[in-house]
Amino acid sequence: MNESTVKSSVTATTDSRRAIMDRLRGQVIDSNPIPPIDTSSLTQFDDPLAVFQQNLQAVGGESHLVDRPEQVAEILLGIDVFSSAEQICSLVPDAVNGNVDASAVDDPHEFAPLDWTIAQGQFAVAENGAIWIDGATLPHRVLIFIAQYLAIVVSRSQIVSNMHQAYQQIGNIESPFGVFVSGPSKTADIEQSLVLGAHGCRKLQVFLLP
Amino acid sequence: MKLPIVDHPTAAKPFVTNEDRSHWHDDALWFVRVKRDRQASSVPEWEYLRERASAIKTHTIANLGDYLEQFERNATARGATVHWAADAEEHNAIVLKILRQHGTQRIVKSKSMLTEECGLNPYLENNGIEVVDTDLGERIVQLREETPSHIVLPAIHIKKEEVGQTFHTHLGTDAGASDPQYLTEAARNHLRNKFLAGEVGITGVNFGIAETGGFVVCTNEGNADLGVSLPKVHIACMGIEKMIPSLADLSVFTRLLARSATGQPVTTYTSHFHGPKDDNSELHIVLVDNGRTRLRGNDTFRPAMHCIRCGACMNTCPVYRRSGGHSYRATVPGPIGSVLSPSRDAKSYKSLPYACSLCGSCSDVCPVKIPLHHQLLAWRGELVGNGLLPLSKRVAMKTASFLFQRPGLYRTAGSMGRTALRVLPHFVTHNRFNTWTKARELPKPPRESFRQWYIANRGNPQRRDSVNGNATTHANTRSNGDAS
Repeated sequence: MNESTVKSSVTATTDSRRAIMDRLRGQVIDSNPIPPIDTSSLTQFDDPLAVFQQNLQAVGGESHLVDRPEQVAEILLGIDVFSSAEQICSLVPDAVNGNVDASAVDDPHEFAPLDWTIAQGQFAVAENGAIWIDGATLPHRVLIFIAQYLAIVVSRSQIVSNMHQAYQQIGNIESPFGVFVSGPSKTADIEQSLVLGAHGCRKLQVFLLP
Repeated sequence: MKLPIVDHPTAAKPFVTNEDRSHWHDDALWFVRVKRDRQASSVPEWEYLRERASAIKTHTIANLGDYLEQFERNATARGATVHWAADAEEHNAIVLKILRQHGTQRIVKSKSMLTEECGLNPYLENNGIEVVDTDLGERIVQLREETPSHIVLPAIHIKKEEVGQTFHTHLGTDAGASDPQYLTEAARNHLRNKFLAGEVGITGVNFGIAETGGFVVCTNEGNADLGVSLPKVHIACMGIEKMIPSLADLSVFTRLLARSATGQPVTTYTSHFHGPKDDNSELHIVLVDNGRTRLRGNDTFRPAMHCIRCGACMNTCPVYRRSGGHSYRATVPGPIGSVLSPSRDAKSYKSLPYACSLCGSCSDVCPVKIPLHHQLLAWRGELVGNGLLPLSKRVAMKTASFLFQRPGLYRTAGSMGRTALRVLPHFVTHNRFNTWTKARELPKPPRESFRQWYIANRGNPQRRDSVNGNATTHANTRSNGDAS
C-alpha cells in the first residue's frame, strides 16, 4: 500500500470520529444517573465453597479439596492423561514440578504440543463456578488455552458469592489480560449436543487449598 | 450489494413446508429456552438485574459520546490503537489496512456478528486474505458457504448428519459419521493448525468498559483466546452500543448474558483485554457506527440499542423457531432483528415486523428489557405511515374500515358471509388467491349473528337504552361504530 492511500484512510477515520461524535452530541438525551447497586437484594451464599463445587461440576469441571500443595501432584498422578503427559507447564511450582519453563519461551507457538498447564487462580466465584486468573501470573496468556488439560490451584478461603463481589475483588484492572474460567472448553454447536474440549482444555481440574 | 426484496413468508416457505425439519428446529430452540428459564429462576434477584441492566444501558446510550471518549482515552493510555468507522465499508477498509501493514495472508476470526453485518469475510477474501472462522458453528456454516442462522448458535439449522457430510468433504472425516463428539474432535484438530498458522487474530467485543479502556470477550470454546494469544496483532471490532461505564456494571451483564443465551451460569471463558500482549504486540480496536447513531436518534426505537446479543428473544419466538433464521434475510434475525433491520432499510425489511404474533414472549425474556413486541407493533404503524404496507393489507384494512363504519352494511355482509361459508364449494374458498386457507379450514358459521342472538335472548338493545333515558347520548357517542 502506498503512502497516499494510507494517509487518506487516516483522515477518513478522524473524519468519522468527528462525524460520529457530532451525531451523538447533536442530540441531547436526558437520562438519570445509574443508582448504586443495592447489595441487600443480591444473593449471598452461607456456604460458598459447596455452591462453587456444585456449580463447577455442573459446568463440567472437577474439584478436589486439598490441605497441602504437594497433594495436588499426588492426585494428578492418579489421572492417566497426567501420568502419561510429556509436556507439563506448572506455574504453581509448590504444587507440581513441570518440565516446560514458560518464561524461557519467546514464541507462544512453541506451546503447541503442551499437555498440561497448572495455573494459579486468584479467587473463585460460587454462583457460576468461575475462577479468576490474572494475566500477570502468566508468562504467556496462551498457556491457559493451548494445553490439552488445565489444572487451576486456588485457595478455598478466596471464594466470593457473586460477580459483583468478584469485580470488587479485582479492583482496578492492572494487567493487560485477565480471564474468568468456568469449566473446560466446550461446544454444543452440533445439534445442541454438549461436547467437552472444543479448542481449549479438554478437562479442568480445580484444586482448592485452604 | 443490493439484494432483491424478499418478504418473510416467501423466504420462510421452504423451511415451514418441511414439517419434520420445522418441528426439529422448534424443539432444538425450545430446549435452549427451557435451560434459560431454569437459570433465570435460580437467581432470586433476576428481575432486579434486568431492571439494572436496562437502566445502565439507557444511561450509557444517552451519554454515549462521553463514554466513547473516556473509553478511547483509557484504551489509548493502555497502548491500544482506537479506530473509528462511520460505516461497514470503512470498518472493512480499516481492518484491511492493518492487515496490509503486517503483510498478512491468513487471519483467524472468532464469532462476531458485527463483522458479519459489515460483510468482512467476503471483503477480505476478495482482497486475497484467507479468513478462518474458528467458532465451531461458524466454521460449519463457512465450509458450507452459508451464513449463521442464529447469533449465538450459528449452525442451529443444520443436522448432525449434514455436518458429517460437510466435514467428510472438507476435513476428510469418515463418510456417514454423525457423532458430535467425533466431529468436534475432527474440527478441533483441523482448527489447531489454523490457529497456529494465523498471523492476525480478529474478535468481536461483548462489552467495552469506559472506565478502564478495556473490553470483554465471552466464549465457551476458547476460540477467541486461542486466536488472539498466538499472533502479535489482535483486532477487536466493536459496535459503539457495546459500551458500558464501569466494571461494577459489567458484573450485572456477566450474570445475565450466558444465562439468557444458552442457559449457562456464565460462559466458559470471560476474557478481559486491556492493552496489547507485550511490547512487541499490537491491539487495535475498531469502533463502528454503521447506523447506530441513527437508531439512537429515534425516540421510539432507541431501546433496541440496549441489545447485548444473547439471542433469548429468538429462542423463545414461535415464528423464529418454526421459520428458521435464514428466512429473515438479515444478519440479526428474530424479534430483535425485525426491529433493527427496518431501521437500517425500511423498504427492504418491511415484512419483518409482521413476522410476529405479538405474543410478547420476547419482551418477557429480554435481559435488558427491550419492549420488543411493542416495538414491532410500532414498526407496523411506521410502515403504514410511510406507505410501505403491501397492497393486499392496505385494501383489506380500507375495506374493513369502510364496513365497520356502516352498521347496516356490516349486518348484511355478515349475513351474506355466513350463508356463503355454508353453501360455497371447497374449490371456491380454497385456491391460490386465498392465502389464508393454505393450511387451514374455514370455520363453520353459526346460523345467527350475535346481534340476533342478543335480541332474542336479552331483549331489544335500543329499547333498553331508552328505558335508561340515555338513548340519544349513547347513539351519538357510538356514531362511528356499532357493537352489534
